[in-house]
Amino acid sequence: MPSGKTLTVAIMDPPYESANSTTALRVVQAALNQGHNVTVFAYEGAVNLTMKEQKPHANSVKGTTLEEEQHPTTKDWIAALFKLAQEKGAKLDWINCGLCVDERGAGNWIEGPRRGSPADFLAASQVSQSTLVIPTK
Amino acid sequence: MAKILNIVETAYRGTIEEQDDTTLWLSHALKNAGAEISVLLRANAVNYAVKGQDASGLAFGEIKMVHPPEIDKDLGKMIQKGIPIYLVQEDAQERGLSDSDLIAGVKKISKKGLPELLDQFDQVWHW
Repeated sequence: MPSGKTLTVAIMDPPYESANSTTALRVVQAALNQGHNVTVFAYEGAVNLTMKEQKPHANSVKGTTLEEEQHPTTKDWIAALFKLAQEKGAKLDWINCGLCVDERGAGNWIEGPRRGSPADFLAASQVSQSTLVIPTK
Repeated sequence: MAKILNIVETAYRGTIEEQDDTTLWLSHALKNAGAEISVLLRANAVNYAVKGQDASGLAFGEIKMVHPPEIDKDLGKMIQKGIPIYLVQEDAQERGLSDSDLIAGVKKISKKGLPELLDQFDQVWHW
């Protein structure tokens, strides 16, 4: 059941570089599972998390094929979170920082995220019950 | 062929998303490409040698992670492949890791022994 409460999460890490991105997505999932709305502000390298062109690959070191490896992509994980939000009657508002997108040429993303700015992050933090920042270290 | 030592210090950096450790993977790939390469685990990365690690169970919505990282097993395969794996003994002790916690085949080395070890290599890459 929707709680009517909102959590805002700011993340900075790009995919495949640290545990921060996985941790952030787990926090988002936990909040959605409890019916909370979640606003994500993807800042700097985190805008790459939703890039549509991400593709799984085979693993030559392990000797696994593309099908065997089933390599995860963050864009599929996040697409699953959008679906989860829908199922829970909650809202996932994923904002990709526009300037960060432009710097990286990372403008082609999956369905769901929107382009925004630091002002959107500020606005989200003002109406949320809590704001969690997970920076790059 | 120049002898290379890869020092791995930061542990579990993107290992869930990659399903392995990127520096260990690169070391293995370089070995396959003919490199004479060794690995030294230090700081938190000594935990990579702990046997029986289990990172399974992660799922996002309907997407389940099928192949979680198995770093201890990856190290075992590297040892089998002929890649010497060293570990800083004091770093393991500080983290409460005893010999029985670690996979077989890892060579423990004290901090005092590091200069002698590093001197055996033409190139040292600290990741």
